[in-house]
Amino acid sequence: MTEYFNEMFDGGQVRQPYSGLDGWMREMPSELRAMKQAEAEALFRRIGITFAVYGEGGDPDRLIPFDMFPRVFTQPEWRKLERGIKQRARALNAFLLDVYGRGEIVRAGRIPARLVYQNDAYERAVSGFIPPRGIYSHIVGVDLVRTGPDQFYVLEDNCRTPSGVSYMLENREIMMRMFPQLFRENRIEPVDGYSDALRRTLASVAPAKCDGEPTVAILTPGHFNSAYYEHSFLADLMGVELVEGPDLFCEGGFCWMRTTEGPKKLDVIYRRIDDAFLDPLCFRPDSMLGIPGLMDVYRSGGVSICSAPGAGVADDKAIYTFVPEMVRFYLGEEPLLENVPTWQCAKKDDCKYVLENLSELVVKEVHGSGGYGMLVGPKSTKEQIENFRHKIEDNPENYIAQPTLALSTTPTFVEEGVAPRHVDLRPYCLVGEKVELVPGGLTRVALTEGSLVVNSSQGGGVKDTWVLAE
Amino acid sequence: MILTVNHVTTYDYDAPMGAAVQSLRMFPSRFEGQRVIEWDVSVEGGLRGGSFRDGAGDRIEGWSIRPPVDEVAITVKGQVETFDTSGVLRGHRELVHPMAYLRETVATWIDDSLAALAEEAVAGATEDLNRAHRLSAAISEAIAYKPGATHSHTTAAEALAQGEGVCQDHAHALVAVARCVDLPARYVSGYLFATDDGTPHEAAHAWGEIWVAGIGWIGFDPANKCCPDERYIRLGSGLDAREAAPIRGITQGSGEERLHVTVALDQVQQ
Repeated sequence: MTEYFNEMFDGGQVRQPYSGLDGWMREMPSELRAMKQAEAEALFRRIGITFAVYGEGGDPDRLIPFDMFPRVFTQPEWRKLERGIKQRARALNAFLLDVYGRGEIVRAGRIPARLVYQNDAYERAVSGFIPPRGIYSHIVGVDLVRTGPDQFYVLEDNCRTPSGVSYMLENREIMMRMFPQLFRENRIEPVDGYSDALRRTLASVAPAKCDGEPTVAILTPGHFNSAYYEHSFLADLMGVELVEGPDLFCEGGFCWMRTTEGPKKLDVIYRRIDDAFLDPLCFRPDSMLGIPGLMDVYRSGGVSICSAPGAGVADDKAIYTFVPEMVRFYLGEEPLLENVPTWQCAKKDDCKYVLENLSELVVKEVHGSGGYGMLVGPKSTKEQIENFRHKIEDNPENYIAQPTLALSTTPTFVEEGVAPRHVDLRPYCLVGEKVELVPGGLTRVALTEGSLVVNSSQGGGVKDTWVLAE
Repeated sequence: MILTVNHVTTYDYDAPMGAAVQSLRMFPSRFEGQRVIEWDVSVEGGLRGGSFRDGAGDRIEGWSIRPPVDEVAITVKGQVETFDTSGVLRGHRELVHPMAYLRETVATWIDDSLAALAEEAVAGATEDLNRAHRLSAAISEAIAYKPGATHSHTTAAEALAQGEGVCQDHAHALVAVARCVDLPARYVSGYLFATDDGTPHEAAHAWGEIWVAGIGWIGFDPANKCCPDERYIRLGSGLDAREAAPIRGITQGSGEERLHVTVALDQVQQ
């Protein structure tokens, strides 16, 4: 039987970070709890925060379940994480600047050339282009799991357009509204500085041609996108326009936004659409979402695009293995955060090991996301395992495997009261003139007993994440 | 050789259209094989946009025309001095790693026939340069030059199955088979001066380049069974014809489009 680290209880003892929640939990009558839970749901419903779940059928505007039991970090715990995350965000950006430039890390033999240059996410169209401040990934979402008091692992990096930050902000908002006394009794670091920090970050990477206050906009694929709520929410908070492809056009080396007062020059685009759909003249010619000529404007320095096209090559699962190497190579530092040991099925020996130990391992598709196309060995039937065996044998390059991690649990409200459930954490690191991290993040929780899959697209829920002030 | 180029591309529309936006890759590459004496690209009634050189060394320039648009006319006029470098792209500044040119595209998708042709062509050859020459010769052999036999969306595999095609098909097939044997390869667009004997075809031309370690990028023109020499002017490259196209553009609206192209290359007698 695997031992899981419980972040609140050490045997019968309450761990220090959670001491402020023990009484709250014990003293809350179940009727009050049910009432508060209903209230929280009504609040989420009212503000319209929903998450469309692909491939599961049912209600596309389903609410993502919110668990009222906060997840807590102490200041020293957080500081350690913060240093590690910032280090990683810097290394990932240095890597991107390098592989679209001279490729020193490949020349030095630290990363195989094939993995970089033959990667589908490697964007030849931007090689040689240096974005403002040399930054490619302006919002880095680092997915972390915890297995012990001092043991964290990075599961994956998200260098393109990590979503979910609206939940971090809304979860806090709702907790403060429902349990104001908790925020009086505990000194909790605020997260509401995120939108200002994001705006500052985006403005700080305006192109050199921009004189004066940069105009920033969020580019969304539209209301049918599962994260549309987040796009409009962030635009509101930052006080910037939310635009779609047809709202923009390129002329005279700049990108313009159609407004009722005539065209307005746009300096920074925070895009929430994929590279392939940005510009039909450069990428997919059939794209209706994009802006013709945008990549020419971008590459001639007329507008900034965040994250920069091509940033995806840094968060590919095959590249992930090399992030600690990037930290050493570019920063000359030892990585503060550990990777999960990973077997590449593309390698013969690794593949053999994986096939022999399928029932112990988690197997993932190299390019998959959202918890789909994944095998959790210990939680799978013989048939599911055999099924996966064939898939791996047919196309080994497509798979990587990792040990099944003993994900930490935090107390979570369930039908019967309070019970431990597995959690992960996604903090959002901003990279611009400064590298910043709001103290908090999105904690996702696997609501099903024993489940290790926390993805919101697989029925996971979310929690407010606290960092205690000293 | 000093060559003059007069190249006019016109898109006519049968109804007034919305805005037109173009991305032009119509500037001679900078390498030892050519020196620009003068060169001018213009779009009638258009506004010049951003201009830059990409990582592959190509100069790209954006243009736009405000609505209503009923015609888009792109004119290229220039004079270039060319030199024979035996097909080698010497002195060309670029940054893209050759391995980025091993990727397949829809137009260069490798089917069993292309793979078989590649394998047979290089059998016994160990040197990359030799393998590249053999592949080019094999494509010349397998696809006969026949204008009108294929269209702009014909893939390498389709052209091979048909056994005939134009320079675009030859170039697609060549880059496909080269990648198939792990040689980085790319599609090149440019111009070709037709000498009096009339052998070379198509003044607006396309060929392939194959990366040979130790030498660099080398051009191969299977359509004319040779390597590019002083009769060629190189404009730009890409994974396939779509990426390397001298003109990529979009005109908004639903009007019928008619394309008209004239290309004249002349030699300046010295």
